[in-house]
Amino acid sequence: MRYLPKSDLERREMLSTIGVNSLEDLFSHLPEEVRIKQPLQIAPGKSEYDIVDYFRARGTENANGYSSFLGAGVYNHYRPVLVDTVVSRGEFLTSYTPYQAELAQGTLISIFEFQTMICQLTGMEVANASMYDGSSAVPEAAMMAMRLTNRDEILVARTVHPEYREVLATYAQHQGMPVHEIGYHPESGRIDLEDLDRQLNDKVAAVILQSPNFFGVIDDVKKAAEITHRHGALLVFVFTEAVSLGLLEPPSDADIVAGELQSFAIPPSYGGPYAGIIAAKEKFIRQMPGRIVGETKDTHGHQSYCLTLSTREQHIRREKATSNICTNQALIALMATVFMTIYGKQGLRELAGQNLSKAHYLASQLPLRFTGPFFNEFVVNTNGRSPEQINDALLGEKIIGGLPLKRFYPELDGAMLLCATEMNRREQMDRVAEAFHQ
Amino acid sequence: MIKKTSPHIVQNEALIFQRSSPGKIGYQLPELDVPHVDPASALGPENTRGEIEHFPEVSEVDVIRHFTRLSTYNYAIDLGLYPLGSCTMKYNPRVNEQVARIDGLAWAHPYQPESLSQGAMEIVAELEKVLREITGMDAVTLQPAAGAHGEFTGILLVRAFLEAQGNPRKKILIPDSAHGTNPATAMMVGYRVENIRSKENGMVDVEALERVVDEDVAALMVTNPNTVGVFEKDIAKVAGILHAKGAQVYMDGANMNALVGIARPGDFGVDVMHLNLHKTFSTPHGGGGPGSGAVAVKQHLIPFLPSPRLQRKGDQWSWNYELPQSIGRVRSFYGNFGVLVRALAYIMAHGGPGLRNATMDALLNANYLRALLEPYYELPHQAQTMHECVFSDVRQAKLGVHTGDIAKRLIDYGFHPYTVSFPLIVKGAMMIEPTETEGKGELDLFADALISIAKEIEEDPKMVLKAPLLTRTSRVDEVAAARKPVVRWKPQPPTSKAAD
Repeated sequence: MRYLPKSDLERREMLSTIGVNSLEDLFSHLPEEVRIKQPLQIAPGKSEYDIVDYFRARGTENANGYSSFLGAGVYNHYRPVLVDTVVSRGEFLTSYTPYQAELAQGTLISIFEFQTMICQLTGMEVANASMYDGSSAVPEAAMMAMRLTNRDEILVARTVHPEYREVLATYAQHQGMPVHEIGYHPESGRIDLEDLDRQLNDKVAAVILQSPNFFGVIDDVKKAAEITHRHGALLVFVFTEAVSLGLLEPPSDADIVAGELQSFAIPPSYGGPYAGIIAAKEKFIRQMPGRIVGETKDTHGHQSYCLTLSTREQHIRREKATSNICTNQALIALMATVFMTIYGKQGLRELAGQNLSKAHYLASQLPLRFTGPFFNEFVVNTNGRSPEQINDALLGEKIIGGLPLKRFYPELDGAMLLCATEMNRREQMDRVAEAFHQ
Repeated sequence: MIKKTSPHIVQNEALIFQRSSPGKIGYQLPELDVPHVDPASALGPENTRGEIEHFPEVSEVDVIRHFTRLSTYNYAIDLGLYPLGSCTMKYNPRVNEQVARIDGLAWAHPYQPESLSQGAMEIVAELEKVLREITGMDAVTLQPAAGAHGEFTGILLVRAFLEAQGNPRKKILIPDSAHGTNPATAMMVGYRVENIRSKENGMVDVEALERVVDEDVAALMVTNPNTVGVFEKDIAKVAGILHAKGAQVYMDGANMNALVGIARPGDFGVDVMHLNLHKTFSTPHGGGGPGSGAVAVKQHLIPFLPSPRLQRKGDQWSWNYELPQSIGRVRSFYGNFGVLVRALAYIMAHGGPGLRNATMDALLNANYLRALLEPYYELPHQAQTMHECVFSDVRQAKLGVHTGDIAKRLIDYGFHPYTVSFPLIVKGAMMIEPTETEGKGELDLFADALISIAKEIEEDPKMVLKAPLLTRTSRVDEVAAARKPVVRWKPQPPTSKAAD
């Protein structure tokens, strides 16, 4: 088999060094009752060609050659070629977690740069080396707030990504962490600040708010932070569309930021792998979950880097750890790092600007559901026809339309979430607008 | 004598922020084909940011040089043996990378219509099927993102099952040889952790276990083979003890590379387990992730699996969200699909018989290293080695050299160190897992290196304490890093401070 590098001759030599006669002797000590009864019912090994062929066939059974107006937490952005060039280097791809710093400076430096760029983007002072994704970063941020405030209730805006809220509920159920939802203003689509003020009390550890929110609406983070802080709670800022940070005011008023970086050159890949982050004010660093890279010196006095503050983590602290997280998303975070480096200061702003222009071009032709400002996503009314009917019509033109919102928000039956990015061309947007007016 | 390495030139490289210079660019966007929208008027000036201070400004050439140079500071499987015990650092086949990038897979949006996602769903279904066969379990969820996330899912399932029977119970039993993720996980599911001591031979003490299992115990979290690389031969009996009191058996599948094709957890009493697809099934670690922590369960736990579940209706796959007893979601969408593609490609390449051969070669390699190294290093647990072996530094420690120092000296010999100081039950642990993807030549070089280091320790222990001596970066000061954490770059203030 091509992944097994030994010849039978080598195997025999090694068996004789060990002092046994056959490979089977190496596990003959396993009790009879635990040994496998019959060979695995899995087809014999396939050639590389067969494997490529199989997956190509599966790829053709999915959407191919469609243009898409789906967002809702996963965005179509162009992936610069250099991103895959870098992450395909075996030295990044096939290395382990950088516990042995002397052999892993490449990974460590790239993570240090990642943490720095995340801070620059979000207005936070410290960031970790990544979380699984945005959805799991949210409950980790909530638990962090719980430890920091010694309070246990969580308020989450209903405009936070519905699947993130579901994950939060799963994590919260056995932590003694009641979660309550804050409504949204039916006209603006922004968080209902009066409801927030009403529900806040001295038991609330954190208020979780997303912006742009699930409806694409940019929320009033400053006001929400003010109200939250007045009650002694922490504000957790969530983002799913990282490109928006190229134009939008960074959430410096928040205490903790939990976000998803999929927009930064991470392929949609049917839902993962992506990369989440947690960033925060510096004073909170010792309660942050996940790996963190810090600067230090080697014995020659050269600047070098290593994993640090590991006494927060499970491999040292076991049941007293800040989280059970071990494996993170290092290679995916590296995609984001390369993306941020390529676009840089000017490029990210220009890219965000294109998204803004495209979305506003499309939106200008459609009946908007909410009045709040938006970046590259917005909710529209489908006026009499169902979102599914419109989407079906668009599929005939090889266009995947927006996300019908009824599934997550029953009160928004007849509304659809649309997204336009730099990947959508004007002609396609005109087709979408036509479908609404037919 | 050092045989594997020679010194060679390495390029110095500053942080990207220090390479940055105003006005440099490395991108070009397509021409905007719609009217330009002014950000401040569309978003409101209060919502519009100024420039991102100190964000990189570099050219495309700067980007490739920067990251390529950084990459040369890393060790990798592509460069040689990576014998980290418990981590299963095996070769990552490149065809898996290529198939994960096929357009119809890499660009599939999780909310695109199910009718246009049948290929992706078929892959998920196929992987669930082969993992059921490999584990001997009845159902698999691929939603968890990594091993610890799988543990979390698995213990949530245990809790939901026990709750449905009227009592979630209070504690989880965990052997003292377990990974740190196990106790951390139990806490996140609202359980108390009770550590149980291993016997002299490194195995679970069955009699002691029998005494502590009562109606307060929700589950035992057991790793098999355990972290000293020994198969828990009484596992069926252990499971019987737990089951007799209505408790569940959770298996940490971190060491599944020792069992694929020769034994199945579903056949020896395990109720729920996780698999690390980034270990056993070769998906790349990528410097720390992504992973995938598939969870396999027996029939009685199926109603509680995370939502959604894949279902077949006629000739179409669809996602079923109507799962009233489900523990809920553990992450968004359907899991780390791109990792699942790679794992399935790996399983297809080996096939059933090939997976068993791979396991046997993994056992062969570990036993071979044990045979070569046993004369030079203490092997505290003499039971039969499976896929990894754990030595102790006790002989070398008498001369003042510890496992961490030996590990650093291995770097000079051109190898990544073994796992240091784990498991906790072995004093000065040196945990070595070669995996099946090493040939005899590389293993011989590795054994030579450790034997040579053992001799160096006898002749010149002080030299070994300074290792690594031949690397670009010498031993780093981890204590200083934690004392006053600097976790991001900041521009130097204009007035330069005195050298420290």
